[in-house]
Amino acid sequence: MDTLLDVRNLTVKFALRDSALTAVNNVSFTLNRGERLGLVGESGAGKSVTGFSIINLVSKPGFIADGSVWFDGRDLATLSQEEMRKVRGNRISMIFQDPMMTLNPVLTIGTQMVETVLAHRNVSKAEAEAIAMDKLRKVYINSPEKRLKQYPHEFSGGMRQRIVIAIALLTDPALIIADEPTTALDVTIQAEIMDLLLELCRTEDMGLILITHDLGVVSQVTQKVAVMYAGSIVELGETEQVCSNPQHPYTRGLIAALPEAATGSRLNQIPGSMPNLAEIPVGCAFNNRCELGKGACFTTVPQLERKQSGVFAACHELE
Amino acid sequence: MGKTPLLHIQNVVKHFDISGGLLDQLAFSGGKIVRNRSVVHAVNNVSLDIMEGETLSVVGESGCGKSTLARVVIGLYPPTAGEIHYRGQRMDNLQGTARRPFRTKAQMVFQDPYASLNPRMRVRQILEEPVRFHKPELSGDQVREKIAEVMDQVGINPVWAERYPHEFSGGQRQRISIARALVLDPEFIVADEPISALDVSIQAQVLNLMMDLQEQRNLTYLFISHDLSVVEHISDRVAVLYLGTLCELATSEELFENPRHPYTKALLSAIPRIGKGFQHIKLSGDVPTPIKLPTGCVFHGRCPNANDRCRQEVPVARTLESGSVVACHGVEEGRI
Amino acid sequence: MWKKFRESYFLYSFLRDPVAVGSFLILLVLVLLALFAPLLATQNPYDGSAIDILDAEIAPRWISHGKFIFGTDVQGRDIWSTILYGARVSLLIGLGAVALQAVLGIVVGLVSGYKGGKIDSILMRITDVQLSFSSYMVAIFFGAILQTAVGVGGYADIALPFLVFVIGISEWPQYARTVRASVLAEKKKEYVEAARVIGLKPTRIMWRHILPNTLTPVLVISTVQVANAVMSEAALSFLGLGMPANQPSLGSLIKSGFTYVLSGSWWITLFPGLVLVLLVLSINLLGDWLRDFLNPKLYKD
Repeated sequence: MDTLLDVRNLTVKFALRDSALTAVNNVSFTLNRGERLGLVGESGAGKSVTGFSIINLVSKPGFIADGSVWFDGRDLATLSQEEMRKVRGNRISMIFQDPMMTLNPVLTIGTQMVETVLAHRNVSKAEAEAIAMDKLRKVYINSPEKRLKQYPHEFSGGMRQRIVIAIALLTDPALIIADEPTTALDVTIQAEIMDLLLELCRTEDMGLILITHDLGVVSQVTQKVAVMYAGSIVELGETEQVCSNPQHPYTRGLIAALPEAATGSRLNQIPGSMPNLAEIPVGCAFNNRCELGKGACFTTVPQLERKQSGVFAACHELE
Repeated sequence: MGKTPLLHIQNVVKHFDISGGLLDQLAFSGGKIVRNRSVVHAVNNVSLDIMEGETLSVVGESGCGKSTLARVVIGLYPPTAGEIHYRGQRMDNLQGTARRPFRTKAQMVFQDPYASLNPRMRVRQILEEPVRFHKPELSGDQVREKIAEVMDQVGINPVWAERYPHEFSGGQRQRISIARALVLDPEFIVADEPISALDVSIQAQVLNLMMDLQEQRNLTYLFISHDLSVVEHISDRVAVLYLGTLCELATSEELFENPRHPYTKALLSAIPRIGKGFQHIKLSGDVPTPIKLPTGCVFHGRCPNANDRCRQEVPVARTLESGSVVACHGVEEGRI
Repeated sequence: MWKKFRESYFLYSFLRDPVAVGSFLILLVLVLLALFAPLLATQNPYDGSAIDILDAEIAPRWISHGKFIFGTDVQGRDIWSTILYGARVSLLIGLGAVALQAVLGIVVGLVSGYKGGKIDSILMRITDVQLSFSSYMVAIFFGAILQTAVGVGGYADIALPFLVFVIGISEWPQYARTVRASVLAEKKKEYVEAARVIGLKPTRIMWRHILPNTLTPVLVISTVQVANAVMSEAALSFLGLGMPANQPSLGSLIKSGFTYVLSGSWWITLFPGLVLVLLVLSINLLGDWLRDFLNPKLYKD
C-alpha cells in the first residue's frame, strides 16, 4: 500500500502576548491511499487544529511551528498560500460541522458547484454542470437538475451536509478531512451520512480523516484511530484493537466512561478535566488524572511507542 | 399502579404562533386578501405519568418537542390545552403566589452550561438568589450555610463561591447549575439535555453526580435527552417523542430489548456503538416540519410499514401486554 | 484590584494601540483643562468687571506680543480663558444630555424588549416617531417657545438645562434600539429561564439579570453619543439657539468670532474650533477602539 499522507512531528502553536501555547504537540501519523483514520479527542484536545494544519488553514494567531506534512511528494507545510490553494479543495477537500461554513446562502447550489469545478478544472460551464449533477447523484440527491437551481435554505440539515459532501467530491480528491461532520445532526441522519461517507471512500478510493469526539462513530467508520489528549496523540492503532483493547489509561478511561460500558449503576469516570493549553502539566499531560502516574510521568514527556498489544501508545507505564 | 403519580401530564398540547403581526399575516391569494397564520405544533396531545423517585426520560430528535414539553411541565410556557397535576393538584392554571409552593418543589437544570449561569453574577449570588427569594426568613448565616452544604454536595469547593462562572470549566458550571436547582431542596427536577454540551469523560462525572443526588435526596427526574445510550443507563422508563407526539412509552429494559414502534426501532439501530457493526434501519425522507403536520400518523412518511390507514387515521396510544404504551396501527393490528 | 487591572487584557490592548493612547491623552488634557478652568484661566469671562473693552480683538501673543496668549474677542475677553470655560460648558451639556438619553433609552429598550407584544410595538413606534424629528427641529421648536415665554434674559439663566433636555430628549431612541436588540438576544438565554423557574418577578429579572448583560453595547454607543451631543450643542449655539454669548460654550465662541474672520480676527473662531475638533475627534477615536476591543468576534479564538 502506498502512503497518501505522512504527517511528521507536526507542532502548531498559538502566539500570545509574550509566549506561545502549544495546541498540537509533535504529532506524527501516516495515512495510506483509500484509508480511513479517526482523530478522536475531547474539546480542546487539538484534533481540529491538527486537521486544519494539514491543509495549512490554521487561523492567526496560530502557526505551524515545526514538522512536515508530506502529500503527493510535497511538504504542504512549506507551500505558499497560492500553491496551497491549488491543493486545497482540489486534491484535499474539507467537510465542516456546519454546512453553512461551506455553502453561501445567497447563491444557488448550482452556481457554487460550477464555480468550484471551474476554479480547479479547465472545462466548459456545461461540462462543469454535468460533473455537479453526477456528484449530487452520488450522494443520493434526487432530480439534481432541479436541485441545482435551489438555495441552501431550501434544504434540510441532512440534505445540506450531503450537498457539502457532493461539493467535496467535485474535484475527485484523494483525501477528505471531515471535522465533526455529523455532530449537529440527529442520530438517524448521522447514520445516513456516515453510511454515505463510508460508501464513497470505498467506491472512489478516497482517504478520510474523520475528526470527532464520538468513539462510536469512529469504531464504525474508520480503520485506524488516533486518540488525542491535550495536543498530543496518546494512542494510535487499528480501530478494532484500540476500541476492544485500549492501552493508554486515557483511552481506557474514555471507553469505560461510556454508558454502555457501565456494569453497575455508576459510570466509570475519569477524575478531573483536561487541562487548558496554558496549564499542561510537566511530563505526561495526563499525569494528574492517571492512576498509573509515577516518577517518570511527572518529569519526562512519554513518546509514542509500539506496545506489546501492537498499538502505539505514549505512556511510561505500559510495556 | 394505583398510587397517585407525582406528576400527571394529561393531553398536553403546546402550539406556538409564529405568524408575527397582523400585517405579516395578510397575503394576497386567488384575488382575495387572506389571513395566513403559521402555527408550530410543538407538542401534540401528550399524556404521561411520572412516579415518585423514578427517572423518566423523554428522547427524540431535534424539533420533536421534548424541550418544549419540559418547559411546559416546569411552567415556563403555559400549555395551549391539557392539564398538569402535581401530587393530584392541578398546576398549569396557577399563577404568582399560588404557584410558589410548586416552584420550590420543582426545579430545572439546563443544557448549555455557558448560557445558563448569569455571567455578571458571582456563584454565591447565583445560589443565594433562590433561597433569599423563597425563604426570606433565613438569616444571612443560614443562607451561607445552606449554599456551602449544596456546593459541597455537587463537588464544588465552597471556597470558590466568590468566583464568576467564566472561571469554571463546562463540567463545573453544570455542577453549579445543579446546585442552583438543589438549594431549594426540590423533590422533582426537570433536566433538559444536562450533559449534551459536555465532553465524554465529564458526562460520566455529571451523570454519576445526578444519580448520587437522586439516591441521597430521593429525587424524581424528568430527563430530556437525544442520547439513547445515556438514557438507557439512567432511566426507569423512557418516552419516545416524534414531531411532538408520543410514539412509545416503556420501561427502559423493555424499550431497549424489545422496541415496538417502527420509529423507536430505527432510532435504536442508528446509535453508533463501539464494537457493533454498522447495520441501521434506513429511513426514507426527512422529518416533516411541525408547522404542517402530516395527516394520520405523524411518522407515516418515513415509516417502512406504513399503509393507507396510517396515512389517514391518527393512531391512539394503547397499552400492550408487556406494559409498553405504543401508538401505532401496525402494532395494534399485529402487522409489526 | 490595581494589580488585576495592570495585568488585564484591557490595559494591554489599550497600550498597544497608539491611536487609542493618543486620543485618551488628548481627551484627558482637555477634561482636566475644563475641570480646573477657574485655576488656569487668566480671567473670569463671566465677570463683566474683569473685562476691558479696550482689549478687544488683540491678536495672539506671538503676533501682537500682548499679554493674551490666544488673543481676545470683540468684547475684550481672553480667548484662552473663554475656551477653558467654554469646554466646561460643552462637556457638561454633552455628558448631561447623554445621561438623560441613557436613562430614557435604557428604560424604554428594556421594557420593550422584555415585555414584547403590544407594549413593544407601541414603544418602538414612539421611538420611530422621535427618530423622524431631527434634534435641531426639536431644539428650534422648544427654543422658540421658551424664549418667547420667559424672555431672552430669562432664557440665559436656563439655557444649560434646556440644552441638556433638548439634546437628551431627541437622541434617546439610539439607546432604546440598542438596548432592546441586546435584551432580545439575552432574554432567550437559559439563565433568564432559570430566573423565571425560580419565580422571580419580571422587574427583578429585567434589572438584576438582563440589564447588566446589555451594558457593553451601551458603553460603546455612549462614547459616540457624547461626541454627538457636544456637536449638537455646538451646532445649536452656532445657530443662536444654544448658550447665550455671556455664558460661552465652544459653539457660541465659534459663532461670536465668525463674523470677524474675514475682517482679519481669525483667532476668535479658530482656537475654539480647534478645541472642538480635538474634543470630538478624540472621543470618537476612543469609542472606535472601545468598540473593537469589546467586539468578541475580533479577539476570540
